[in-house]
Parts: sequence; structure tokens; C-alpha cells
Amino acid sequence: MIIHTVAVLVNNKFGVLNRVTSLFRRRQFNIRALTVSETENSELSRITVVFEGEENAKQQLVNQLYKLPDVCSIKEFSEDNSVSCELLLIKMLNDSKTRDDIKDAADAFGAVTVDYSKDYIVFRVADTTRRIDDFINIMKDYKILEICRTGNVSLEKSSTTIRQVINF
Amino acid sequence: MLLPGSDILVKTLIDEGCDTVFGYPGGQILNVYDSLYTHQDKINHVLAAHEQGAAHAADGYARTTGKVGVVISTSGPGATNLVTGIATAYLDSIPLVAICGNVPTTQIGSDSFQEIDITGVTLPITKHNYFVSRVEDLADTIRDAFRLAKSGRPGPVLIDVPKDVQIAECEYEPSEPVGKEPCYAAKDSRIEEAAEHINACKRPFIYFGGGLISAAAQEEMLELADKIDAPIGCSLMGLSAIPTAHPRFLGMQGMHGHYASSMAMHKADLIISLGVRFNDRVTGNRSKFAVGAKIIHIDVDGSELSKTVSAVCGLRGDVKMTLQKLIPLVKECKKPDWADNVALFRKQEEGYLDNRVGLTPRQAILTLNKHLGDNTAVCTDVGQHQMWSAQTLCFKTPRRFVSSGGLGTMGFGLGAAIGAAYGTGERSVLVTGDGSFGMNLNELATAVRYNVPIVVLIMNNGVLGMVRQWQTLFYNKHYSNTVLQRKTDFTALAKAFGADGEAVSTVQELDDALGRAFDSNGPYVVDCRIDKDEFVLPMLPPGGSMDDIITSLEGLK
Repeated sequence: MIIHTVAVLVNNKFGVLNRVTSLFRRRQFNIRALTVSETENSELSRITVVFEGEENAKQQLVNQLYKLPDVCSIKEFSEDNSVSCELLLIKMLNDSKTRDDIKDAADAFGAVTVDYSKDYIVFRVADTTRRIDDFINIMKDYKILEICRTGNVSLEKSSTTIRQVINF
Repeated sequence: MLLPGSDILVKTLIDEGCDTVFGYPGGQILNVYDSLYTHQDKINHVLAAHEQGAAHAADGYARTTGKVGVVISTSGPGATNLVTGIATAYLDSIPLVAICGNVPTTQIGSDSFQEIDITGVTLPITKHNYFVSRVEDLADTIRDAFRLAKSGRPGPVLIDVPKDVQIAECEYEPSEPVGKEPCYAAKDSRIEEAAEHINACKRPFIYFGGGLISAAAQEEMLELADKIDAPIGCSLMGLSAIPTAHPRFLGMQGMHGHYASSMAMHKADLIISLGVRFNDRVTGNRSKFAVGAKIIHIDVDGSELSKTVSAVCGLRGDVKMTLQKLIPLVKECKKPDWADNVALFRKQEEGYLDNRVGLTPRQAILTLNKHLGDNTAVCTDVGQHQMWSAQTLCFKTPRRFVSSGGLGTMGFGLGAAIGAAYGTGERSVLVTGDGSFGMNLNELATAVRYNVPIVVLIMNNGVLGMVRQWQTLFYNKHYSNTVLQRKTDFTALAKAFGADGEAVSTVQELDDALGRAFDSNGPYVVDCRIDKDEFVLPMLPPGGSMDDIITSLEGLK
């Protein structure tokens, strides 16, 4: 299985996310991460989907997505051609025995402490999916209370934009 | 001009050139029906017995005319009753606009009486669907729906119109009917590539489907076939596109296709596919399907290219325009060896033909052929009778074979035959089975009410023949729930509905009965008794290849 990252530029209307994700459901792709937000043009919304699947099936899915009237354009990303980032909030148990180790690791990953009390610490990390996975793996040695990740967002390393993708 | 939404809806339909709609009224679509009442001089509404029948009628109308079929229903159960009809149109790429009422916008999402999220329900079976929240958007939404339904690869579009939007008023501007979105030929580089493959091949086979009919590319296909000396076959959906008697035409191929057609495809070194899918009923076991052949695939829908079988050359574009650019690039070439091969397949096929005398399925369809006019539309339901019809019916005019190919909807035929009669302005024929007919025979009431001339030929064997055939072959003759054991008297039933009918059990009786049926004014039911152990042959067993083809009953039963 290959992990794919695809951005879909769609009309910013109710129900459009459902139409897009419905195609993933139909082809039985499990979505690993999904982000949706308005773009520089308020009439358009950008959906970034990270999912795993065979190459052929992925191509079929992209072809099917293009048939949705609400889909304007689609861009597939690879590590080489894109910059990607996601955001992690992680809530750790604040325990005097582990506090220093946790803070050292957090410093090493550039994590920002966004909340602190005698019971818990909340860190924020903005980085690639792999770096965030690594950070979480280290934190697993301590007591993780809760994790929340936004899922990946990607932009192409080029002056061209997703709006300029033409499906032909 | 300030008008209520319901009037705007009906006027926009009229603007789009829609003169006949099919449907069934109800609480949340009352306002639209009121507008249909006031506009009845310009638009004809056909009241079905059930929304499913109305949807199939709109579909049959669309298939025979090439225009967009329109069906109207109320909310809730009215809308859900359309679902099978919409899905049937979706799988066969038929342009259909379905309009449903819904509860007022203020009540949406509150589980009101007869409220259903029909845009949610129909999401995977429509090209697109709309929920109209504001009356100001109504006219343009309908126009968009028509454009989408008929553009590119056609398909059904649903519009959900809440009751308050039907009541609210806004300015209405009449408009010209919307056209199709512009279509294009495939990329030149791909066309050149395809021409190279064609010029290098020795055993070409042209394989077309419903997409050839939508693109009206018959002439171009025949020109290509003549130029490269290729035999032609089709999928079920392609039937009637070219005359059955055309010398290059080998008929439908696939699971129950003509032996010569399936064999030519199997032995070809190049399959040129035009507006057709490689469905499992077509290919059988995909790893053994036409192993020696390269595939060139031309389709307006790019997502069909290399979907199930991989094409060496996939061309996304309008079939007609692409062929027009392709033909000048291919070299004229006779292929006598291949033609001899194909002639041999034809000869072998003749040997496999069922020439038994008496009222066999083949004799029944051959008898029907004698009564068909050049322009008569023949609709079918789904099962053995459908395959016998596909194999033996003789067509002269495109869009005159109406059958549920993709979804395989039993109960499709009677509604479709009503729609086909409206579409062609002529008598239509329904070939059905006692199982399929039993599903939606309520539409006889519709045919009687409007005096629609339909000849209904029921191939009555008292069993669900196709499923039973599989039970015979693959389930140790465990005839689980396929023996109907009903006591339905179809002649009496027809008469109870106000139609006419008779039962026949010999070829002569069938011939005479069809004579009366084709002279009759309204619907006429011919209950044709056939044996329950009749088989559809040849048969490619599911998951099999041409090496496993069953051509005779010897040793089977």
C-alpha cells in the first residue's frame, strides 16, 4: 500500500465534503487524515486527504473525483514536489519524576508549551507527519493524556497553484 | 414577471423543450401539480401507478428519443420510490431529471411527515443532485440539471424542491434551452498512437456500447470498420445502434452473447472499443479475457479508461469527433485471413443455433420479429427473456432496444415501454418474463388509462428462469425459491385492468395473437407458455473464459 496525499479544490458549499468523501467510501479507502478550509478565494474550499491505496485504485478515484461538478481541480503531492505540515496538540501528565525528560524531548522537537498546570502540560508541534510521529513515539514512554492532530496540509514547491491544474 | 416557484419550475421545463413528464402527485409537490394543471396545454403529465414506474417511463422516453426524461414525485416515499429508477438510469448513462418535493425549508432536518434526505440517498446514483433553498436559484438549477444530464456521459440528476420554495415568488426570465457542454476529440498524440496500433494489427475487432448511440457515431464506426476490414460486436447497451443484419455485425458478445462475436473478440489482436465498458458480464475472467489482444479504448468518460482491463491506448473524448480525426490516419487494408476466420466462427455459430420446432424461446422471438415495424421500440425486463431478446431480435433503427443493462432491474420493462411509446409516438413492445412482469404490472393501469398501445409478450415458464438456470448448473439443482407456483391468469389480469389479452402455447397461436395484439388500440397481453427448463445459450460461466463456453445442453441437465 502506498500513502497518497491529494488536495481537492472544491466549491465552498454545504454537502460538498460529503460528495468527495463518499467517493473514498465507495472505493473503500480509509482516510488517514483530512483537512478542509476556505482558500484565498472565499468561494472555494481546499480539501487535503491523506489515504492509503494501490496506485490504480488511486488513479480511478482521482478520475471519479474530476467528474463531480463541485470539484474544480486536484493536485497529487509527493515528498519531493511539496512542502507539508501538520499541527499536533499533545496533553502530557505533569509528574515531577518525568517532567525534565519530557521538556528536553519537547525542546529537541521545537514543541511550544501552550498550557501548563501542576497536573498536565500541553505542547504544540507544527511539523511534518513523520516528525510528529517521532515525537509521539518518544512521548509514549511517559503518560499521554490526550492527542489531537489536524492532519496534513500541502503546497506545491513551485510558483504554480492548484487552480492552474487542468484535467486533460 | 413575478411568479411562484412552482410556475417557474413548470415554465423552465417547457423552456427546455420538455413536452411530456411522468410522475405521481403528493402533499409536498402539490404546488407543482397545480402549475402543471394550469400549463396542461403546453406540457403533458402522465400519471403512473407508482413512482418507480414513472421513473422507468421517463427513462424509456429518454432512451428512445435521446432527450432528457423528466419524472416528478412528492417527498419521502415518493422520492424513495424513484431510487431504483434513478439507479437504473445511472448504470446505463441515461439522461434523466428527477424532481422531488420536500417539506418546507424551516422543517428540513426535523424528521417531519414524509421528509427524507433524498439528496443524501441519491448521492451515489446520480451524476449530481441539488437541494434548492431559494426560489431565486430554482430556474437556473433546473437549467444546470438539464445541461449536466445530457452533457458528456449522460446520466440522472435529481432536484429536491422544498414546498416553501414552490410557493415563494421571484422574477422569472424565460430562456433558450440549455445546450450540451462542448465536447472534444481526444488528444491528437493519442489519436496518432491509436492509428499506429490499428495500422499494425492483423485481427481487429470493433466493440461498441451505449456510448456509441449517445455520440451518434454509427456512420464513423462503419467507415472505420470498412477501411480496416474489421468485424463488429457490441455490448447489450449497444444493440440497435446499427442494423442487426449489417454484414459486419456479429451481434452482442459476452456471457450470453453470440458465439461468433465473443469468439472474434477472444481471438482478435486489437480490440477497438467505442463508448463501452468492460463489465464482468462482458469479460468473464479478466485474466483470461482476450489475452492476445491490445485494447484501444475511446470514451467520453476518462474514468472508464483502464478501469477494469488495461488499454494500451486510452482516448478520452467524444467518440464521433475522435473517430473523425482517427479515420484519415488509418490505412485501408483488406484482411482476408481474418475475414475467413470470422466467417468460420459464424458458421460454427449456425451449428449451435437452437433450431427446434415448437414454441421455444427462439421461435417466439423469431415470430415477434415478423410483426415488428422498422421503428418499433422493444423493451425488456431482466432475465432469460432479456437475453433471448438480445440474441434474436432484429433491429433496423437506433434507440429501439430498451433494456436495463447495468443495474439489471426486473420490473423495468412495463414503465419503460410506456415511456418508449410516448417517445416514439408509436406502439411499443415489452418482452418480459412472468417473474419480472409480476414486479411492476400495476403500470398496466397507466397504459389502459392513457390507451398506450403496448404489446406485452410474457415468456411465461412459471419459474425465475435465469436464477434457476444457475441453480441447475452451479447449485446442484437446488431450486430454492425460483419455482413460482402462482396461479396468476395473465389474460384475466389484463382484462381486470381493462386491457385485453390471451394465452398461447403454439407458434401458430402466438403468431395469430401477435397479429391481434399489433392491431389493438391499447395494451394487449400475450401470455406465451414456454418450458421451465429452457436455457439461455451460449453461456460463459461466471469467471470463465471462451475456453469454458457452454454451447449445448448435452450432458448439462
